[in-house]
Amino acid sequence: MQIPIEKFRLDNGLFVTLSEDRTAPIVAVNLWYHVGSANERPGRTGFAHLFEHMLFQGSKNVGANEHFELIQRAGGTLNGSTWLERTNYFETVPSNQLALALWLEADRMGALIPAMTQKKLDTQRDVVKNERRWSVDNQPYGTWWEKLPELAFPERHPFHHSLIGSMEHLSEASLADVEEFFETYYTPDNAVLSIAGDFDSAVARELVSKYFGPIPSGKGKPPLPAMDLPLTFGESPRLVVEDDVSLARIYMAFRSPVFGSDEYYAASVCGAILGMRRGSRLYRALVRERQVAADVSAFTFDLSKGSDLLIVDVTARPETTPDQLEAETGREIDVMFADGITPAELQRAVALVQTDMITSMQSASERADKLSMFATYFGNPDLVNEQAKKYRAVTVEQVNDFIRARLGKDNRAVLLYVPKSGAGVPAEKEGELAEVAAS
Amino acid sequence: MTISVRPEAGAPREYRFPRFERRTLGNGMGVIVAPVTKLPVVTILAIIDAGGTSDASGKEGVASLTAEAMREGTTHRNGLELAMEFEKLGTSLEAGADWDSSVMSMTVLSENLAEALALFGEVLTAPAFLATDIDRLRAERLAERLQIQSEPRALADESFARFIYSPGSRYSEPLGGGTESVSSITSEDVNAFYRSNYSPDAVTLILVGDISVERAATLVEGVAGSWEGQRIAVHAPVDERARTGRALLLVPKADAAQSELRIGHVGVKRTHPDYFRIVVMNAVLGGLFSSRINLNLREAHGYTYGASSYYDWRRDAGPFVISTAVQSEVTAEAIRETLSEIDRMRSEEIPEDELTLATNYLDGVFPIRYETTSAIASALAGMVIFGLPADYYDTYRQEVRAVSTTDVLSAAKNYVNADGLQVLVVGDAAIVREPLESLGIGPATPVEMSE
Repeated sequence: MQIPIEKFRLDNGLFVTLSEDRTAPIVAVNLWYHVGSANERPGRTGFAHLFEHMLFQGSKNVGANEHFELIQRAGGTLNGSTWLERTNYFETVPSNQLALALWLEADRMGALIPAMTQKKLDTQRDVVKNERRWSVDNQPYGTWWEKLPELAFPERHPFHHSLIGSMEHLSEASLADVEEFFETYYTPDNAVLSIAGDFDSAVARELVSKYFGPIPSGKGKPPLPAMDLPLTFGESPRLVVEDDVSLARIYMAFRSPVFGSDEYYAASVCGAILGMRRGSRLYRALVRERQVAADVSAFTFDLSKGSDLLIVDVTARPETTPDQLEAETGREIDVMFADGITPAELQRAVALVQTDMITSMQSASERADKLSMFATYFGNPDLVNEQAKKYRAVTVEQVNDFIRARLGKDNRAVLLYVPKSGAGVPAEKEGELAEVAAS
Repeated sequence: MTISVRPEAGAPREYRFPRFERRTLGNGMGVIVAPVTKLPVVTILAIIDAGGTSDASGKEGVASLTAEAMREGTTHRNGLELAMEFEKLGTSLEAGADWDSSVMSMTVLSENLAEALALFGEVLTAPAFLATDIDRLRAERLAERLQIQSEPRALADESFARFIYSPGSRYSEPLGGGTESVSSITSEDVNAFYRSNYSPDAVTLILVGDISVERAATLVEGVAGSWEGQRIAVHAPVDERARTGRALLLVPKADAAQSELRIGHVGVKRTHPDYFRIVVMNAVLGGLFSSRINLNLREAHGYTYGASSYYDWRRDAGPFVISTAVQSEVTAEAIRETLSEIDRMRSEEIPEDELTLATNYLDGVFPIRYETTSAIASALAGMVIFGLPADYYDTYRQEVRAVSTTDVLSAAKNYVNADGLQVLVVGDAAIVREPLESLGIGPATPVEMSE
């Protein structure tokens, strides 16, 4: 399943990808800036994400929160997100509103700082602190995506620290930081713009040149420190967290080949065999047969630098102790390590991945994001059209090579959430509301 | 350096919701086919006219458990074999119950459609419901019940339903049942629910994607044409409100990092004649990012990551809820601000440009909602369950555009019941109790929700 792809670069370095599809009168605009939490300097964890919030606070010709309002008024959807390696901004609009979407993105790429004020920074800081509370602090297991990278990457490694940031560091972020970050990272030569959907190529090129062309390139960004890591942990990093949870949960992470590498596809297939859907190893053994788990999943972070992580997460049933959970999960990995996989397992995994890939390509926004991703990480958006082939080319031998190299006991980081002592005991009867006096 | 002139929109291109055809098989089963040939995928969705509201009293959760148990094997093959057969074809069957219906669905590459549909038909017409599988599903559901106790968001949603609906109303209990009712569900209950509710005249099979109407009709006739059954509808009272005046409830959660707030009351049914006016009014009040409640609580005050309002549309009156999570210290302030937004909405007509923000959004976003076969299938399922007219998706946008500022004001007055607002807080009693009492809505005695 191939999508049409055009690509070109403006003089200021902006990489542009176009993919026409006239089926529905909508168009997706997507921007990746090649900066994420990995680029934060010490003492400023969470800054890349806080900065993302500031991008919606207006720019030289756009008022505070006007970006959201203008796109919604145009009948569009929009958002942004921050990750370890990149920050993306995207909107899908009716196709007759392409110019608006491009103009908005160009205004904030070219002229953000005139609109930045201390008040806006203070408000967004509070919003982000509340986001932290909502998705991390007030959620069972919410800290896992801080604690697992902390465990799996060495202290000075750019992937080690918290993506959402600590409350103290967020409090210290200043307007000067905002300006410096913008000048260093939010430049056309550090960005990829992708457009997918209903548009005319010549018209799109003209609009892109008109709005983004005048923006000068940046002065270059500081290089990331060395990201390379040994293929295995070489030891057994382990952390047990007592948390406000009712059921124990284990996250087991393995260092795995970086996203996009030849070996990555075998690792991804291995993940699907281990934990994708109900025919997977872990689901069958732990949920269905031995009934020690309530739920399982397996996934990769898809990091493109240094090392990726393959992660397995298993939630216990109430009667399963944390020790049992760890032992049972470890045993399934040991079995896979000893025996490898079967051809039928490979076929199943690839079939599932293929259907998911094709299904997701129905969305213009998804296509645009994938184009930006391959352009940012590899300078080559055409790789979008090669993914299906790469998965089909994976062999049993390649998966078994991956398993032998990375699923041994020397490459397992374990993060274990356990209920606080005395918690997690099933209550005996239904709660009833006391009568509440109405006023 | 940047262009200051805002661009104008171009001429809009026409969009129509995909064409579909409805048929009925000899055994009474409905079939809807919407050919959409963009990509070689097909979504198959069976909508069954029985959901949580069909649960017998004391057996709340049986509709949910039955839907999940459909995946656990047929008279020809067990649950593991079934899962493997689907997954070999690159797909997997999802199944679950909503309030008014149960749904089984999957998306498959068109080259695998015939085989996948044959399996799908087998599941629909000959589920096994082995006691060992039901036991396991029940245990998984009970594990989920435990989890909810430590999850403030889910706890707030459930507690709010218990708070605003009278005990004995089906809507007061969770969709998937509470701990007591789920513990009592047996495989006989599941079998009985299936026999009483899953029959051809209660099922519509929807196919959307790379398939022609004729081929779909032939395939469906082949896999389900000879299925027989008789439905027996059961309906308990569902949507009675607990009280008429304002009330407040505090569910304590020691050391909670935030307060989860739910403010609202019993709403209106989906088929209400003022539906579009309510939808537009809600968009302005709290349905959009640029809505009054979100801009107030998040952008003006920084109290929260997000605040929204919604009507939970069901056949009977689902809740109207304003939902947010705020820093504990500002809980009472956030409630005050929300109440003032409600008052403002109910007393002054909104300015024209706020109206057009909502109507332009709902009008413009329409084609973006239906990019995937799965979204189109869900839309058709909604049409079936609520008995919407066949041209509903062709008239949706003009209905939205017809709503005026006067309509919005009267919708706010009639359907946001200021005198009957129920306020629920899941939060740290040590911090919030006193400020909540000072609101004057009612006492804020912490009430544990044990489950």
